[in-house]
Amino acid sequence: MEDIVKKRIKQVLKGDQSAFEEIVSLYQNRLYQVCYRMLGNRHEAEDIAQEAFIRAYINLHTFDQKRKFSTWLYRIATNLCIDRIRKKKPDTFLDAPVPGTDGLDHYSSLAHDSPLPEEEVEKMEQQERVQYEISRLPDKYRSAIVLRYIEELPLQEISDILELPLGTVKTRIHRGREALRKQMKKL
Amino acid sequence: MKPCPEEIVQYMHDYLDGEITRRDEQILKEHLEKCPACQEHMDQLSRSVAFLKSASHIEAPEGFSNRVMASLPKERQSAGVRRWFGRHPMLAAAAMFMLLAGLALFSNFNTSDQQLAVSTQPNLVVEGNKVTVPEGETVKGDLVVRNGELHIEGEVEGDVTVINGSKYMASTAVVTGRIEEIDRAFEWLWYTIKSGVKEGLSVFEGPDAGDEEE
Repeated sequence: MEDIVKKRIKQVLKGDQSAFEEIVSLYQNRLYQVCYRMLGNRHEAEDIAQEAFIRAYINLHTFDQKRKFSTWLYRIATNLCIDRIRKKKPDTFLDAPVPGTDGLDHYSSLAHDSPLPEEEVEKMEQQERVQYEISRLPDKYRSAIVLRYIEELPLQEISDILELPLGTVKTRIHRGREALRKQMKKL
Repeated sequence: MKPCPEEIVQYMHDYLDGEITRRDEQILKEHLEKCPACQEHMDQLSRSVAFLKSASHIEAPEGFSNRVMASLPKERQSAGVRRWFGRHPMLAAAAMFMLLAGLALFSNFNTSDQQLAVSTQPNLVVEGNKVTVPEGETVKGDLVVRNGELHIEGEVEGDVTVINGSKYMASTAVVTGRIEEIDRAFEWLWYTIKSGVKEGLSVFEGPDAGDEEE
């Protein structure tokens, strides 16, 4: 797949914008998923994933074609997510917990507002819990945990994406697992 | 109860990372068998991981890639120009040459716009912006006066050109060559092209022809 991607990249660099569409199609699910898990909100996830692709397009000439494209793309997306999380912190009106919903905030209620059959609701509740627990992780650990357990990437690749030494990545994952364990003791 | 060895928790994480050595794994197993607290810790960690992995796969919303493509910056014009240059190198070179030549002529015309300029010939008299060929004197070669008045009372052995100015011929005046007056940019341009071509031709005629003109 990397070969097709490299071919398309060359076409885009020569000025063929339409060649970028295949790149988007190949990576859109992975990128959107990371953004959704990092941000916990569909609208924001789409916003940031879209922004990540646009930045990748604009800065494509800076991509070192000897390296793995997905790593570079993930890096753009995770950096944008972390920026967004940091900017979001001070304004709390949408992030404030909704009373009686076990810590779900207005964002999660915005995300699922259409009625669903009961078994769907049951399944959804567990999924909502997953998202909720991820969102409670400190952002330092969250990016490493999402890349490790949602994207199922090897440690070395996570270290390349986050531009952190392998040891630091391991520490963050260990601490992330410990934080999660403490959050979920009651489970 | 004696406290558990510190490295046990590290071994748990090494185990979960799939990076534990045989020896450490053996130590961990033996410890967990006799320590319910650490066993509980390990179970909680494993459950947390399993819980994370139960997260359902999420796909980008419908129409996502179309929206990305629609919001990309428009293909830069410079890219188009570069492509055109790539395809027509000769035309591009010609266009570039014309552009530069035009610019050079134009700037030439502009810079010489204000000041009096006279082709350097001996025995010309210059007073203010009045240039005189005195009576009884002979100027050898072509005479060009720019932004000034030319009074010819003597003799000129060559062409006379007056640019952006005027010319008075006394009854005693003799000009062996052609007389031309130019006062607009377009004509100046035309004149420059004409003389350029003439010079070009004189190159083809060989150095001797050029010497004769001097």
